[in-house]
Amino acid sequence: MLRVENLSKTFHMHVGEEKSIPCLDSVSLSIEPGSMLAVIGPSGAGKSSLLKCIYGTYLPSSGHIYYNAKNGDVYDLANASLQDMRAFRASEIGYVSQFFHAIPRIAALDILSEPLINRGASASAARARAGDLMGMVGLPESLWGMYPSTFSGGEKQRLNIIYGIITKPRLLLLDEPTASLDPVSKASVLELIKELKSEGSAILGVFHDYASMQLVADYSYHIVTKKLEAVA
Amino acid sequence: MNQALTVNDLTVRYGNGCSYCRDISNPLDKNRCPHCKSVWAVRNISFELYPSEILGIVGESGSGKTTLLRSLYFDIPATSGAAYLSGYSDGLVDIMGVSSQQKRIIRNSLLGMVYQNPTQGLLMDYSSSGNVAQKLIAAGSRNVGSMQDRANELLEHMQIPLGRVKEPPKQFSGGMQQRVQISKAIANNPPVLLLDEVTTGLDLSVQAKVLDLIRSVQKKLNIAIIIVSHDLAVIRMLSDRTIVMLDGGIVEHGLTDQIMEDPQHWFTQTLVHSLI
Repeated sequence: MLRVENLSKTFHMHVGEEKSIPCLDSVSLSIEPGSMLAVIGPSGAGKSSLLKCIYGTYLPSSGHIYYNAKNGDVYDLANASLQDMRAFRASEIGYVSQFFHAIPRIAALDILSEPLINRGASASAARARAGDLMGMVGLPESLWGMYPSTFSGGEKQRLNIIYGIITKPRLLLLDEPTASLDPVSKASVLELIKELKSEGSAILGVFHDYASMQLVADYSYHIVTKKLEAVA
Repeated sequence: MNQALTVNDLTVRYGNGCSYCRDISNPLDKNRCPHCKSVWAVRNISFELYPSEILGIVGESGSGKTTLLRSLYFDIPATSGAAYLSGYSDGLVDIMGVSSQQKRIIRNSLLGMVYQNPTQGLLMDYSSSGNVAQKLIAAGSRNVGSMQDRANELLEHMQIPLGRVKEPPKQFSGGMQQRVQISKAIANNPPVLLLDEVTTGLDLSVQAKVLDLIRSVQKKLNIAIIIVSHDLAVIRMLSDRTIVMLDGGIVEHGLTDQIMEDPQHWFTQTLVHSLI
């Protein structure tokens, strides 16, 4: 589903001191449908940058990101057109960032049902599905009509994860999905991830929580000084 | 054609230009030719706008953002270049080169424009519903009753109380005037809407209301929007793709999150790092 070859990323800063900051160095990995690859490593090792390069938020400096799209063609996301990238984001590739950027002034239930409605679901079916998922991760009904800007960190994170998986993306990029969750919420979120995987999605997740990672991942890599190493 | 709008090498120049500045590989002094002193407000700009997307254009004051938008709306004549609208002759005819009568038709039926300054887009002494009707008349409507209904419907959707639609915009606050402008701009369901600094000068809560309404209009009508702003927060919230302009040209273009999080050009980096 996804094959990353020799992906490197260096930031070139032109503001303040002119500087080049290496971030990823020749990273290669591949993920099959229905499996999850986890990358673990300390803060600042480049885990999030890897996900952002695949999602197109960062422009890779070199290397290839081959993605087998739903239409059967293989695209190199490192050089894909903006329109292709937008189309993949809209219907095939999901990304759950570490921090939830809430669309302001929209109730949680509406935020979650929108992507389903955009894909043709009826408003009532979309809202029912969103409600089910929120219930599963322990977001009480009293929060559904509220703006997420009023949520706690852990509530926002659960909302963020549901937003990422509600459309069942073929490829899901997860950035520290369990970082600020209590054990019960963590278990429910991991359960949702497992369910998505069992339905055939390919998942790339980054973690620094080794125990959570072990519960869901099929393969894992350490990211050490900008390079990947297999976990023993 | 797949694109709602295609712009090729659009240029707006004040002055005759010379052999030096006509060669676009030669650098200018900001946007001014060091030899003939011609000002290149917009210099060889090309981009595409896809159906139902929001394209943001950012840049500092004087970078040519507004001139670009206004030349697409035929307010300012383009010096050279071409533009194609999918709604006009299947996108096969350059709209910059058609007669002024055709331009009027294009402007009234295929484009909507919201100016930064409401006095440019509205007749301040006319009733608000009359302002909306003006656009409908320009596009060929003649039935007074249906125009009235349509104007009331649009103004109500923009949250202007029904009891006030007969009032002239000069009696309205800045935020209300912008909402009347938006009603007028979308009256004919144009496939392309041009927004020029629509929230500049409005206080935060009013700005939020206008932005929410723009988003709801985009969703409801599924139109393509070009939004010009120097406010990165506005662009980040609304636009799918972003173009960064400097001295009349495009220095960077990408998905909005990429422009904000991994800007490549020094100017975009300066812009992003100026965010407070």
